[in-house]
Amino acid sequence: MYTQAIDIDPQLVVQQAAKQHVGNLHAPQEALLARFDQRIANDEKIEAQDWMPSAYRKTLLRQISQHAHSEVVGMLPEGNWITRAPSLRRKAILLAKVQDEAGHGLYLYSAAETLGSSRADMLDALLEGRAKYSSIFNYPTLSWADVGCIGWLVDGAAIMNQVPLCRCSYGPYARAMIRICKEESFHQRQGFELMLALCQGTEAQQQMAQEAFNRWWWPVLMMFGPPDADSVHSAQTMQWGIKRISNDDLRQQFLDATVPQAQLLGLVVPDPALRFDEASGHWQSGPIHWEEFWRVVQGDGPCNRERLNTRRMAHEQGAWVREAAQAYANKKAKQPVQALG
Amino acid sequence: MSHANEHQAADHAPANPAVKTLPGKALNQAHDPWPLWEVFVRHRQGLEHKHCGSLHAADAQQALNMARDVYTRRQEGVSIWIVPSHAITASTAEHSDAFFDPMADKIYRHPSFYRLPEAVDHM
Repeated sequence: MYTQAIDIDPQLVVQQAAKQHVGNLHAPQEALLARFDQRIANDEKIEAQDWMPSAYRKTLLRQISQHAHSEVVGMLPEGNWITRAPSLRRKAILLAKVQDEAGHGLYLYSAAETLGSSRADMLDALLEGRAKYSSIFNYPTLSWADVGCIGWLVDGAAIMNQVPLCRCSYGPYARAMIRICKEESFHQRQGFELMLALCQGTEAQQQMAQEAFNRWWWPVLMMFGPPDADSVHSAQTMQWGIKRISNDDLRQQFLDATVPQAQLLGLVVPDPALRFDEASGHWQSGPIHWEEFWRVVQGDGPCNRERLNTRRMAHEQGAWVREAAQAYANKKAKQPVQALG
Repeated sequence: MSHANEHQAADHAPANPAVKTLPGKALNQAHDPWPLWEVFVRHRQGLEHKHCGSLHAADAQQALNMARDVYTRRQEGVSIWIVPSHAITASTAEHSDAFFDPMADKIYRHPSFYRLPEAVDHM
């Protein structure tokens, strides 16, 4: 949300550069680190211009840019259905939702830019296949009910993941997440409403809803990431206050919230081992097939190639728009300034 | 657009010859020719404009239109200001302690510094 391009006192830059050349980097570096750690311990926010360890910067940059890419690629599976939405009401809702996702991508790229990477570089990384985005968007939307499942389940899971991120230690990321969460709740509600309409509809519509639910259930549970025991970055990101709740705890929250919703819709959860544990008061799922998760992350999901190709095509076919806007701006800049009033 | 005219200055702000970046950060200007703009939105008549984010745009007018689309989709604003990011001069975080320090011992600037008889203490 804030920018890295703001002007700072040039003298200070010179002084700082000089300081770094004097040597004895270690003492001030240690003091800076101690101060950073103290801030994290006090639950204070870190802002763009504050000193931060390079690993913290790198981790945030990776996470926020991946998050931004997910918003952008996330427009594709739903975008496929805009022209085929079954009513004008549904079409207007879907358009508004997809437009929101574009905005979320922008908030997040802005937040990532405060860490010193340009949006163009991040987009290049996405288009060249060097960057990751949420694997969930590598699954297809085969029927209209898939659009409902994305809103209800995928956005539902995303909200569960994103609400704790509003308290993230990095200020620009936390502020972006607050804005996103505010907008996101309509996404989940419209998805559930869509599913409700199908589940109260004809037998064929109910079947369409159940089949889509079967397709999305397991990939959505995987959205929270690998089990805590196998999660490489979790311990460090939790210590830094970037991540607040572990993958498994979030997955449990989602399970407890979603199973009763599925029951209300009259849908059968495609997990024969699913049971309610009276002792703990929690729903317990059967084993998750993590091989599939890793396969899709590595690029071998149903739609990985298609998503990237669509994104590349949109970028290339939109080039003339960017060029035209630039040419118009250049032309206007050359025109004499009109006297005001 | 009347908003644009009100803040015409931003349109014609002299381009900063050397866009400064913070130490250790590279800004890929060649790739992303659209400069960065800061967006300020007045949420309701009578309130101040508040900073709400930034975006890339070819010029101020396009930045205004984009800001309208991105930040006021749910009637969050009645007026928008657009400012080229490089036009903002900021105090630096590293020196903030020293910069703001002289204010700490001037407690006589606060009303609670003054002990008055109870009869007039609501003053």
